[in-house]
Amino acid sequence: MEADPNISAMEALPAAAPAIASPWRIFWQRLRRQKIALAGGIILVILYVIAFFASFIAPYNYERQDRDLIFIGPMLPRVVGGHLAVQRYEQSTGLFKYAPVAGDWGRVHFFVRGDQHMFLGLFPSTMHLFGTGDPKRPIYLLGTDQFGRDIFSRLLYGSQISLSIGLIGIVLRFGLGMIIGGISGYFGGATDTVIMRLCELIMSIPALYLIMSLRATFPASLSSTSIYLLIIVILSLVGWASSARVIRGMALSLRERPFVLAARVLGQSDWWIVTRHILPGTFSYVIVAATLSVPYYILGEVVLSFLGVGIQEPSASWGTMLSAAQNVEYLTNYPWLLAPGVAIFITVLAFNFLGDGLRDAADTKT
Amino acid sequence: MATLLEIKNLKLDFIAGERRLRAVDDVSFTIAAGETVCLVGESGCGKSVTALSIARLVPTPPANYPGGEIFLNGRDVLKMSKQELRDIRGGVVSYVFQDPNASLNPVFRVGTQIKESLKLHRPEKATDAEVIRLLKLVGIPAPESRIKDYPHQMSGGMQQRVMIAMALASEPKLLVADEPTTALDVTIQAQILELLLDLKKRFGMSVLLITHNLGIVGDMADRVAVMYAGQIVELAPALDLLRRPLHPYTKALMNSVPKLGAKHQRLAAIGGNVPSLGNFPPGCRFFPRCPSAQPECANTMPQLVEVEPNRWVRCLYANSL
Amino acid sequence: MFSYLVKRLLHLIPILLGVSLLTFFLGALTPGDYYSQLALNPQISPEKLAQLRAQRHADRPWYVRYGYWLASAARGDLGYSVAYKTEASGLIFGRLWNTFILSFAATVLAWGVAIPLGIWAAVNKDSWVDRLCSLIAFVGLSIPDVLLALLALMFAASTGWFPVGGAQSSLYDLMTPTQQFFDHIKHLILPAIVLAASDLAGIMRQMRSNLLDTLRAEFVTTARAKGVPEGWVIYKHVLRNAINPLLTIFGYSLAGLLSGAFIVENIMAWPGLGRLTMEALFAKDYDLVVDSVVMAAALLVAGNFVADLLLAWSDPRIRLK
Repeated sequence: MEADPNISAMEALPAAAPAIASPWRIFWQRLRRQKIALAGGIILVILYVIAFFASFIAPYNYERQDRDLIFIGPMLPRVVGGHLAVQRYEQSTGLFKYAPVAGDWGRVHFFVRGDQHMFLGLFPSTMHLFGTGDPKRPIYLLGTDQFGRDIFSRLLYGSQISLSIGLIGIVLRFGLGMIIGGISGYFGGATDTVIMRLCELIMSIPALYLIMSLRATFPASLSSTSIYLLIIVILSLVGWASSARVIRGMALSLRERPFVLAARVLGQSDWWIVTRHILPGTFSYVIVAATLSVPYYILGEVVLSFLGVGIQEPSASWGTMLSAAQNVEYLTNYPWLLAPGVAIFITVLAFNFLGDGLRDAADTKT
Repeated sequence: MATLLEIKNLKLDFIAGERRLRAVDDVSFTIAAGETVCLVGESGCGKSVTALSIARLVPTPPANYPGGEIFLNGRDVLKMSKQELRDIRGGVVSYVFQDPNASLNPVFRVGTQIKESLKLHRPEKATDAEVIRLLKLVGIPAPESRIKDYPHQMSGGMQQRVMIAMALASEPKLLVADEPTTALDVTIQAQILELLLDLKKRFGMSVLLITHNLGIVGDMADRVAVMYAGQIVELAPALDLLRRPLHPYTKALMNSVPKLGAKHQRLAAIGGNVPSLGNFPPGCRFFPRCPSAQPECANTMPQLVEVEPNRWVRCLYANSL
Repeated sequence: MFSYLVKRLLHLIPILLGVSLLTFFLGALTPGDYYSQLALNPQISPEKLAQLRAQRHADRPWYVRYGYWLASAARGDLGYSVAYKTEASGLIFGRLWNTFILSFAATVLAWGVAIPLGIWAAVNKDSWVDRLCSLIAFVGLSIPDVLLALLALMFAASTGWFPVGGAQSSLYDLMTPTQQFFDHIKHLILPAIVLAASDLAGIMRQMRSNLLDTLRAEFVTTARAKGVPEGWVIYKHVLRNAINPLLTIFGYSLAGLLSGAFIVENIMAWPGLGRLTMEALFAKDYDLVVDSVVMAAALLVAGNFVADLLLAWSDPRIRLK
């Protein structure tokens, strides 16, 4: 390279400038490095796929009762003679005690014909993922409950309710929270005071007390769709206040930023500023908070159903299934009734993993 | 004069994931007893970590020292035990940091924090009376009531004086001041620097003053070390360096200081950017920005050479420019 | 600080008024009441029913009833419970006390275990201790209270070491005061553990994170530079600062505990406000429901107030305003 005193040092520098990644790409890259978050995400994807195909994967309908095998324990298939097979059981001495019938195995097939169900809620089908194809040789992977219903199947049907409530719920809660919180923080003044007092009021009552009181203002028995929607609405009405408070705080500090001043000077309307400038600034909080609040919905439904004021029998939800376990005698003798509890645990754990990872990925300080 | 501090070929790496970033590369200089040395350079050149290394205050999981020695009073700091380190911290070398508001513990009273230094190094003097004496020494008015204050109740200048009092409490031989005035108002800056000068004369301490401001070097320093990108590029007595800088970087720094009385000109900046850690050019690190660059500079790393008595420069063309 | 506290105290009154109004209003919205159930009983004539109704002002609009309720509540008389056929005050305060000791025990348990664990995890960052605590935290946070309560009941029933629910044994009245006291404790243990479990996880993680954040503060470097031993640095300097933000969680933690107590009380038959609320709701005794909810809110608000007190006291920046 020839030294030319007329060329400044800057021109002599190679022209390569570092590629600037957008905030979303950075966020995504950081997220990929959080192994725990990925694990959580994968578990959730699996759970939602299973829930989606619940009626196909479940060998039995959620209402199907088997009066001969009430409270039977988990029946796990084994490899017998080169095939997967499940033992047949019959009544033994004592109430709800069963003994295997020696040598009587039913082969487990995949893609068998069984009870009719609505595949994806769209069209009727009798195809199931697995089963024995023989009504006399049932396969109850997680045992049966007090009505002889297959717990595994009910678990799957229940997952549809529990898992969907969360997703719809967070949209409602954070939708409300963002709009109200954003307006409150941006406009300030009397609006802000009134809204914040309201939030404080809501937050002063311990959540479940308020939830129960709200639930009581509606008739005890409603159609299952109504109850489903009601649960979501009530849980959101109680939860939006804390989210709105945080978003209002963020809006308050964001509105002092120069870019908002610039927008005002340019003549943009308040509404535009709130929706296009302020609220997007809250996204990193909202994504993390939303993920971490899905468990609140799942658990809310569980408590409501468990105490008898949520999803009603015979519908299967993880909450109603657990209420059978309230009977201490059942609980100690037939612990597989707690299976829905484990399912809830895994789901909540996955959401917490994911939410945590999202939070670490969004936190630009570390 | 006896040598109090001798830094020899110090190397410091930061480990970030799989990458090793060399923040301090082969730095050597000495400080004699009673001498004031200024360490000058831009942000990120490694001066702060060098200074922190003197008391091994750089946390060693992300950092590590692949080579070099730091002799304080004859013993290598990098090989000291935890007990020995606790003795020299405060006892031999004290620090004054840049942001006094962040450097003082917000939940403890000012008097308590100074007394803590006393308890550790001069326990027989750990009294309120001694704390008051120290506060008077650094020029804080009404010290009797001030010792009960919390840091947030004081102005920035006062807080910095408290930091200095705290540093002096243990009677150190070396005071390291890392940009002590950068976070303060200009008028307070002058006061604090005067205070440091005064204290230095009174106690005969050595001072290592770190700054990016060439302006204060003339008043404060006996010798100056200029750092760039982790290396020392020039080392000389202060007045000699200011009158006749030898390294192109030092010259550029001097040029960029605006002068009163000069005719209207554009502010002279140094074009380009400091290379980031891990992205150093193969030869002289200043090459991409050097106005006097020559072809060999691109690929040959210049050594720090004593081109004149007591004048060290890291440049291939030091003598001929 | 005094004026700050008085302001916060006065703040509570409108909140409690608002809560009672809201709950009363919700009660008014609720279809049917205690008397509509009685109406189904053929032995009660419509005239008798109307008489009963008038006696309790149940035939007036809700805002009038609210007035009556408020007036007597201000006198300390919480009205009459039609479902239990007794004065509501005695009933409520008894249940309130039970919820309070359950929540209190859970708080002590949760914070008493979580803080040391959090510190331990932070100080040994990335070691097996840290990972174990992280695991405990995740599991604790994710286990639904319902499941944990059921597991506890199952545990109690199968091992027989603990009573299965309830707050006192059937032979309670025959016991001496000391025996009664220990009987209470025995019944308290499992519910308190269940309640504390999820809270514990959150607090531990927060403590760890606060401690790690504070460890990066500049005053920590200052403390080390003074020669303060590492143990002191952590337990004196860092902890006092790291614990401040936790005091704000204390308020939220209490809200969560009261809500969680609702579940634990109902599943493990602990006779507190939560259980009373459900019983009253089922019996459609809405006056009792309002009393219950207002009391629960009062507990929450009182807890928040205590948290504000603690925060104001511990942060000198607020205390000295």
